[in-house]
Amino acid sequence: MSKDESGALARFGVTDREIEQALGRVKVSAVDYADLYFEYCQSESVSMEEGIVKRATKSVGQGVGVRATAGEKTGFAYSDELTAKDLNIAADTARYIANSAQGTSPLPVSHRPALARNLYPHDRANIEVATRDRVTLLNAIDAEARRYDPRIKNVMAAYNTEYKVMLVATSDGLMVGDIQPLARLQVTCIAEENGNRQVGTFGGGGRIGLDYFQNDQRYLHFAREAAREAILNLSAVDAPAGVMPVVLGGGWPGILLHEAIGHGLEADFNRKKTSAFSNLMGKKVASDVCTIVDDGTLPFRRGSLNVDDEGTPTSRTVLIEKGILRGYITDKLNARLMGIPVTGNGRRESYQSVVLPRMTNTFMLAGESDPQDIVRSVKKGLYAVSFGGGQVDITNGKFVFSASEAYLIEDGKITRPVKGATLIGSGPDILKQVSMVGHDLKLDEGIGTCGKEGQSVPVGVGLPTIRIDEITVGGTKA
Amino acid sequence: MTRMIGEQDYTSVAQDLLTRASKQGATAADVMVADGETLSVQVRMGAVDRLTKAREKRLGLRLFFGQRSASASTSDFSRDSLERFVEETCALAQAVVEDPVSGLPEPGQCATDCPELNIHDSTKLQTNEQIALALRAERAAFAADSRITNSEGGECDSSSGRIILANSHGFLGQYANSSFSLSVSPIASDAAGMQRDYWYGVNRSFAKLESPEAIGQEATRRTVRKLGARKAATGRVPVIFDPEVAGSLLSHLCSALSGYALYKGASFLIGQLGQQIAPDFVTIYDDGRMPGGLGTRPFDGEGLPTRKQAVVERGRLTSYLLDTYSGKKLGLPSTGNAARSIGESPSAGPTNFYMVPGTTRPEDILASVKQGLYVTDLIGFGINMVTGDYSRGASGFWIENGELAYPVEEITIASNLKQMYSTIETLGSDLVFRGRIASPTVKIAEMMVAGN
Repeated sequence: MSKDESGALARFGVTDREIEQALGRVKVSAVDYADLYFEYCQSESVSMEEGIVKRATKSVGQGVGVRATAGEKTGFAYSDELTAKDLNIAADTARYIANSAQGTSPLPVSHRPALARNLYPHDRANIEVATRDRVTLLNAIDAEARRYDPRIKNVMAAYNTEYKVMLVATSDGLMVGDIQPLARLQVTCIAEENGNRQVGTFGGGGRIGLDYFQNDQRYLHFAREAAREAILNLSAVDAPAGVMPVVLGGGWPGILLHEAIGHGLEADFNRKKTSAFSNLMGKKVASDVCTIVDDGTLPFRRGSLNVDDEGTPTSRTVLIEKGILRGYITDKLNARLMGIPVTGNGRRESYQSVVLPRMTNTFMLAGESDPQDIVRSVKKGLYAVSFGGGQVDITNGKFVFSASEAYLIEDGKITRPVKGATLIGSGPDILKQVSMVGHDLKLDEGIGTCGKEGQSVPVGVGLPTIRIDEITVGGTKA
Repeated sequence: MTRMIGEQDYTSVAQDLLTRASKQGATAADVMVADGETLSVQVRMGAVDRLTKAREKRLGLRLFFGQRSASASTSDFSRDSLERFVEETCALAQAVVEDPVSGLPEPGQCATDCPELNIHDSTKLQTNEQIALALRAERAAFAADSRITNSEGGECDSSSGRIILANSHGFLGQYANSSFSLSVSPIASDAAGMQRDYWYGVNRSFAKLESPEAIGQEATRRTVRKLGARKAATGRVPVIFDPEVAGSLLSHLCSALSGYALYKGASFLIGQLGQQIAPDFVTIYDDGRMPGGLGTRPFDGEGLPTRKQAVVERGRLTSYLLDTYSGKKLGLPSTGNAARSIGESPSAGPTNFYMVPGTTRPEDILASVKQGLYVTDLIGFGINMVTGDYSRGASGFWIENGELAYPVEEITIASNLKQMYSTIETLGSDLVFRGRIASPTVKIAEMMVAGN
């Protein structure tokens, strides 16, 4: 048993024996798989606005989720009480789908040895930052953004941290624990000039501590970037409307991949054949220059995990290789039903939610083009470098993502900034329109949160500069 | 131990916390406790897909040391944990900066009445009953059209819960509510591909929930009509929002009218109180005491009584949505719109928020358009609350000569919300409450459609 696991077990106040009994009770012969997921999560937020740090919140929650799967069925129950009695009640509820009497003998679980890797080694003091240190940081951000330009009229910033301890015991006989820190710093600036008000945002983080933001005064860089975007938008002109070539900058614009293809390759939708990508395995879904992976093993990244929420070590999965669809994103249930490998993408928001196949860090590998050449290749189009959120309809494949910082490209040159606009396309088609991929792969700053079936999980994306030959841009200017 | 609702007296837990906070030196505090239970059933392709059952409880404490304040929440109600919880929250409050505006509402402002609002139905559904309802809804969807070939499934959920709010001025209020919902999401396919849509019913009273057959049939009607969708041409045209998507225009209005967005300078409606923001046939209410409403509650997140108020009256903006704090920042009294997540400080949001219907039948609104767009679905987040700039992905139908000509998809619609509200041309007569926010059909004079 690793140190993390023993700490986790002590935290939950549950004995091995109680876990084995509850597992035995739920994992009857008609049940294919069962697991108990224990979670303790403490989150803290300190936020600033109007130049004062006026809000501090803290939330502590713990509980257990018990799950049983039989064929395609899932039975699930959770409790915020962790006594043996509550475990057994949850086990009986989860077993309801199997329609059989409770198991009577404990199901032995062995502790997995300490993981060979720790992607986010932490010092707890560095994760659970003292409130006064957060206050100092936020005050400096306010001053820096206002110093950047006097037209910055309000600065809002928040420093959020999460300290999650999880322990999963499975009917495969496995017991694995992990400690998953998460931090995010977000800055929003409002600029005003002659009655014109505009907003700019910047943020970042990961499975990291306070030192990440302090190194090289990164927090001040966040402040300047948010201020810069707000000031830039003061001079933005109306965005164009219609089909045109679009160049996406590196990093966060990788949200294109997350929406356009990532969700469509999650195994549950493909098992149910409700995805626009169903039956496209091995087929050409992108141009030759596109290779796309989902990788949960990148150190300190927001989307990374040592193990997923079913205890499977995360991995690097090739989704699209030189334009050909190669792999799905799987959890245990869907991998078993589809007869394909488990990729370590079984994730849940908390003990209160069921496991779903979810992305971790999804990005396109670098190509060979010079980013400047990519911009130069466009006669009239859009250059988009920062985005807000995106969304996809899995079934018809239509996806959107909305630019928050974008420029016109005129005769191969980046000219005026334009107002935000939504870009819309079709997942199975859009990557066929990618004609150039830059050598400048960049991962995002660590701000992504993905929603699916009402569950939010942290994710990462990444992209080199790319050229999309044709996509619909939803501006207001004909 | 898990407990049934009502089995445990959480009011004493709330009052105990207030006492502990005071002993630790807090000058004021409030406590919110929520507990509830849910049973969720999902079926797919005629079989059970997922069953979820849970009981949960949570409490949130907000306390003040003079004008310093912090909030915290926990699900651990054991005595020792609560003692530590109060200590940690006190430490948190003492670490932040004084905010001259912070504080509880004045003692005399809190609700003193507790009217019957019909928001709790004690019906307890058995797992098998919910499975049967979800299966019937999905079966009805399949039976309604042979082009339904697959399904994301049917879902039947029931939940009930209780909210207790107490503060150090002596306010103690509580209410129970319930919710029953049924939905189905069929998938239709033809040679060109697949389309998915869904339909749902949700009600605080089980007896008032629509029949599974009605929900299944409507889901199928909405799904099959999308088959064969194509892009539309880029250009400026009139746009009609069906009631489901018209509700989103009211949601954006709520966001812009939230006191917090306004005092931070993050709303496109700053300084518009008393101004004409829409044509004179537009009237919008927020009604926290609508009997049986999904947004109905006797008091708000700070204990202030809810009420019915006109937010837009004959096109003129007559009220923001305010709690005590954001109201003070704007020099206005609270409107009883404090929204509260357990463990957060209050925000401001709508209760039951709706636009008074017009007199035009939806088919007559369609008939008024020679070339235009009828929107049934919107996706994405392309709304800038600071400027009102609006650009979202859309699908629906192209209108030709007053009739729905063919389904369209992969298009965007763009304008500015201020412009959109002021150029509402017609309101339908078809207002139905299917959520906290409700709108009839809305026709906007012109928006930019981007497609081919």
